[in-house]
Amino acid sequence: MSDRGVVWLGSPSFPDAAREALKDTQLRANLKRATSTIRTKRLAVASELDDWEELRETAAAIKRRTARHLDHYLVQLEESVTAAGGTVHWASDAAEANRIVTDLVRATGEREVVKVKSMATQEIGLNEHLAEAGITAYETDLAELIVQLGDDRPSHILVPAIHKNRTEIRDLFTAEMGHWGQPAPEGLGDDPAELAEAARRHLREKFLTAKVAVSGANFACAESGTVVVVESEGNGRMCLTLPETLITVMGIEKVVPTWSDLEVFLQLLPRSSTGERMNPYTSTWTGTTDGDGPQAFHLVLLDNGRTDTLADTVGRQALACIRCSACLNVCPVFERTGGHAYGSVYPGPIGAVLTPQLVGVENAASLPFASTLCGACYDACPVKIDIPEILAHLRAKVVEADRRPLKPQALAMKAAATVLDSPRLLATAQKAAAIGGRAIARKGRIRRLPGPLHGWSDTRDTQAPPAESFRTWWRKNREGDR
Amino acid sequence: MRIALFITCFNDTMFPGTGRAVVDVLERLGHQVDFPQEQTCCGQMHFNTGYRPDAVPLVERFARVFGEYDAVVTPSASCAGMVRHGHPVLAEEHGGPDLAQRVAEVTPRVFEFTEFLTDVLGVTDVGAYFPHRVAYHPTCHSLRGLRLGDRPMELLRAVGGIELVDLQAADSCCGFGGTFAVKNAETSGAMLADKTAAVRGSGAEVLCAADNSCLMHIGGGLSRQDAPVRTMHLAEILAATEGSGR
Repeated sequence: MSDRGVVWLGSPSFPDAAREALKDTQLRANLKRATSTIRTKRLAVASELDDWEELRETAAAIKRRTARHLDHYLVQLEESVTAAGGTVHWASDAAEANRIVTDLVRATGEREVVKVKSMATQEIGLNEHLAEAGITAYETDLAELIVQLGDDRPSHILVPAIHKNRTEIRDLFTAEMGHWGQPAPEGLGDDPAELAEAARRHLREKFLTAKVAVSGANFACAESGTVVVVESEGNGRMCLTLPETLITVMGIEKVVPTWSDLEVFLQLLPRSSTGERMNPYTSTWTGTTDGDGPQAFHLVLLDNGRTDTLADTVGRQALACIRCSACLNVCPVFERTGGHAYGSVYPGPIGAVLTPQLVGVENAASLPFASTLCGACYDACPVKIDIPEILAHLRAKVVEADRRPLKPQALAMKAAATVLDSPRLLATAQKAAAIGGRAIARKGRIRRLPGPLHGWSDTRDTQAPPAESFRTWWRKNREGDR
Repeated sequence: MRIALFITCFNDTMFPGTGRAVVDVLERLGHQVDFPQEQTCCGQMHFNTGYRPDAVPLVERFARVFGEYDAVVTPSASCAGMVRHGHPVLAEEHGGPDLAQRVAEVTPRVFEFTEFLTDVLGVTDVGAYFPHRVAYHPTCHSLRGLRLGDRPMELLRAVGGIELVDLQAADSCCGFGGTFAVKNAETSGAMLADKTAAVRGSGAEVLCAADNSCLMHIGGGLSRQDAPVRTMHLAEILAATEGSGR
């Protein structure tokens, strides 16, 4: 697992991390405000399209078909990119991808790179790896910049700094920008426009000097070899056009067969992620063009657990994810805990199904349980990933992987299964529960429950079980009649 | 029509009044119902906690006990959802072709209570009288699992004397989630706090839903806060009549 990145080493299990996060009332207020705003916007722009459900179904179908023939489309992509003047590299895991990128940067003789926000490079821990090789990576997405300046971790796929409010950001800019380049202006306020202006000045210096850029990719068309980055700020476009060398790291599942497939995703993605009809900047490039834009282009195709995921007929749906983060914004669990609790680059519902598959369920065993299976994520997903179905499927895998025979939960489940497979034992258990429950109840309410159930009774009363079960009532009142 | 009641192990043990209410309503509408004593549990807890093979005998039992009825009615959206969506998966994964066949035959005849009233019996006014301020909480499994839509509200709107009040953020999960409430107790508690605040803010005297499990959770929170709101299964409201003293 250690060569796959994705999970932050030493992360506590979800319940433990969530318990800490829940104590931060500022965090909860920030999250609630941000997610509810974006939820409302998304619903409004999605409802404008009368073929929204058709678009979702089409997108899911394209993703299913592409996944079934992934080998074919990847080879086609390699051929198209190569024909257009680019170079394709294949990386089986994070370590190999990091090595490839580091070698490519070293070959240019440069010690600094600018970066477009990218989940794939987060996943492999590229910045940290480059730093070990003496190369500084500058994040240019505003939210990623905030995370980087704060020596923090992203807590959301789309809005990595969702956990910060603007006063916290102002303080961070004032304290840290100077260490990385152009300092923040004197007396910086916390008005969003002022903060954006400070970031713009800070970043412009980087854009104009950087010779090497690293990006991710939202899509790549197998047919033409065109790579696509979708963004809001234009900082990505600066990275994609100004430097001499462009290195793109892309998960192998991002390939789409044809240029025309993009039409579907470019309607779904911005509406689902930022709640906009169209994102402000969509950059596409095909290999290299003499005298225009980067003169060297490298595409690193990253597996890192994806082909293992593909082998699971239920779990593979997760590879259809277009990283819009709609599932995070509607998730009641994410809304309370924030993204850090998931201990992974991929937080929220999609993280809870993607991370365990990329790193192996035994290495992220608490994540499939970090959900109430409420289904809001499935309804919101623009590519119709049935996240609750995958969660339940992965829970079975977690249980299967952990076969300690005397595990209390396994014993309890076995005992329950035995009781529930016998109406006679069930009736006996009902009587016992009624007697036991009523013994510990006061005024019909149970205040404290024993053992592992105390978590429940910390915030909730439980009513005492009634003296007579339904089946007893039925026998007395109906069976006699017939 | 031979109608069987699937009361569910949880209702049977903890909320027998809901089962009695279902019997009341269906008998009032002129139907004879049966409660096969061999029934136990749909296996949802085992399925959702990852203990799938342990749930297979329960799937077998369900198909055996209910196979001969024209309709199986249950006052639990989540258990109906488990039968409809989970049983086919379990039968296919662990059960063999014979069980898969029997499950495929029985599941289309399994109905959640409000579904059965509106879709099968074609009734929205069941002759109930309940002169109280009521809020309806659409549980996740009734809202997104079974897509019950407006059915529960149609039934409630036809109740005599009732005053229905809005519940803020009604469609967000209450935080129960079965074993989630124990495994992730603090997160569950945080979700519960928002839900109980919305319930209290609605001004309702009674909160109702189509699933007692969520109501036990929300009701447990309200009780801990000594809030003057009761929780009742929707079936119990539909069973109430003038003079029934509710």
